[in-house]
Amino acid sequence: MKGSLLSRSLLNIAAVIVFVCSVFPVYWMVNTSMLPGAKIKSTRPSFLPESLNFSNYATALGDGFIPAMWMSLAVTGLTLVTALVFAFMAALALSRFTFRSRKSLIVAVLVIQMVPAEALIISMFRLLDGWHLVNTVLGLSAVYIAMVLPFTIWTLRGFVQGVPADLEEAAQIDGCSKAGAFWRITFPLLAPGLVSTGIFAFIQAWNEFVFALVIMTREESQTLPIWLRSFLQATKATDWSVVMAGSTLMALPVVIFFLIVQGRMTSSMTSGAVKG
Amino acid sequence: MLATSDARATTEVDTPRSRRPQLTPMLLLAPAFIMLAIFIGWPVVQMIVMSFQEYGRAQIFGADPEFIALGNYTKVLTDPIFWAVLGRSVALAAVCVVATMVLGMAIAVMMTKLGKLMRTVVSVGLLLAWAMPALTATIVWGWIFDTSYGLVNWLMTKLTGDNWFGHSWLIDPLSFFGVAAIIIVWGAIPFVALSLYAGLTQVPSEVLEAASLDGANGWRRFVNVTFPYIRSIVIVVLILQIIWDLRVFAQIYALQTIGGIREQTNTIGVYIYTESMASGRLGTGGAISVILVAILLAISAYYIRLTLRNED
Repeated sequence: MKGSLLSRSLLNIAAVIVFVCSVFPVYWMVNTSMLPGAKIKSTRPSFLPESLNFSNYATALGDGFIPAMWMSLAVTGLTLVTALVFAFMAALALSRFTFRSRKSLIVAVLVIQMVPAEALIISMFRLLDGWHLVNTVLGLSAVYIAMVLPFTIWTLRGFVQGVPADLEEAAQIDGCSKAGAFWRITFPLLAPGLVSTGIFAFIQAWNEFVFALVIMTREESQTLPIWLRSFLQATKATDWSVVMAGSTLMALPVVIFFLIVQGRMTSSMTSGAVKG
Repeated sequence: MLATSDARATTEVDTPRSRRPQLTPMLLLAPAFIMLAIFIGWPVVQMIVMSFQEYGRAQIFGADPEFIALGNYTKVLTDPIFWAVLGRSVALAAVCVVATMVLGMAIAVMMTKLGKLMRTVVSVGLLLAWAMPALTATIVWGWIFDTSYGLVNWLMTKLTGDNWFGHSWLIDPLSFFGVAAIIIVWGAIPFVALSLYAGLTQVPSEVLEAASLDGANGWRRFVNVTFPYIRSIVIVVLILQIIWDLRVFAQIYALQTIGGIREQTNTIGVYIYTESMASGRLGTGGAISVILVAILLAISAYYIRLTLRNED
């Protein structure tokens, strides 16, 4: 085992570099958000927050964060739940019944991803307008659900296939109904798949920017990305510490969500999120 | 759409248990396919139709659109601005995709060799970066590269001894895209690294051991043993990266808001948005979109065929 200690240390150093590069912008955002307004205009950056100063958070919070957060939570929640249910049903159909749509599904996922969303906005806006769904949670969610469905169906299908159908058949022989066998045997085994699919849908809906910008025209119906953007414009543009506080507030629910599902997440990614 | 009509047709001949297998999959597929047909299918059809029409502000306000055959396409394809935007987007996407794939693969391979603790540390770091919204990430990076008070300019001043304060990274298109590439690659690596790592853990270790007993070195083992196992994942991730990077929107748009000259830094995603939304030229916007999809299909056609063949 010659040189193994050296290569181990090099490997660990590389790992630390990757960690620092990944996390640094996140740290810098939080660090800047705690700077007092005067300190931000300093040519010498302070690498540690000198005190835990939350006044920038108060400023951001007082400027429409709460309603925008509820809007984002509502849209993301509705998208997440509906997309998971619909995608789960479709994934079952595609992997538990005799179909030959596996290939066409893969192609459809890729082709839908290719269409630039920016070109569909006007048509979508008109569609929603005709149904009086502009400026509504339902309208924006409907668009998001349709956008995440191809990918979520595809990912979930991989997981459903990963659970052998024999397990269900065995349970049926032992006297379970087909549905009962499914709920008791297969469904629990699919939990990691639902988690990793859910993460994808959550990130997409929480961060989406263009459709929210066009569909949620009223100030009281704006989502967090649109709220954050308003900070960047015009008068507020220079107040970086408040912008960073706003950014941190927007990233916080995602981090909380990640922490909740984190344990299952790594295992779910390994158990075959992208089996193709 | 097919699924729905089928579902309805089968509902009418609903017979008990024996027929279930036919009806159930259609019912299961129906909600997803109805959503897709309405909210993706219909707008796509409209986009294609409009790309063959004179469709501007007048039409938005109710005038009848007029079919002009390939008029929009000739207009777009003879416009030097379009070619400049396309060239820029392709160059940016190429740099970003290569950097993302190489670094993502390197990190994934590294993760398989790390101890449990360090592996957790790395995946937590990746997850944190992944959790950061593209818009937020762009704002933070914009702040790091800020003209007067940015960390980068401070660091450059420290390192070179020259005065970098006041140097604007966003005003020059080349360094604008340098910053953009950093943001895009940084944001894309977690998905690629974690997906590829997930794939790598599926490679049976016995096969790798056998290969190393046969005298294959690390690189040969990777090329001949590991890679074939993860090839389908690599291809799919690669195609997704090409698609996402070529039509990148949020990062460029937000970076332009912070600083930067719009005309010189537009990528095709932003260009389609300005053309359709700001200028109201839906006809040309549609034509550009159709051209973009055609380009993406051409790029990925070979790989799609390859993937399909491997699926048998």
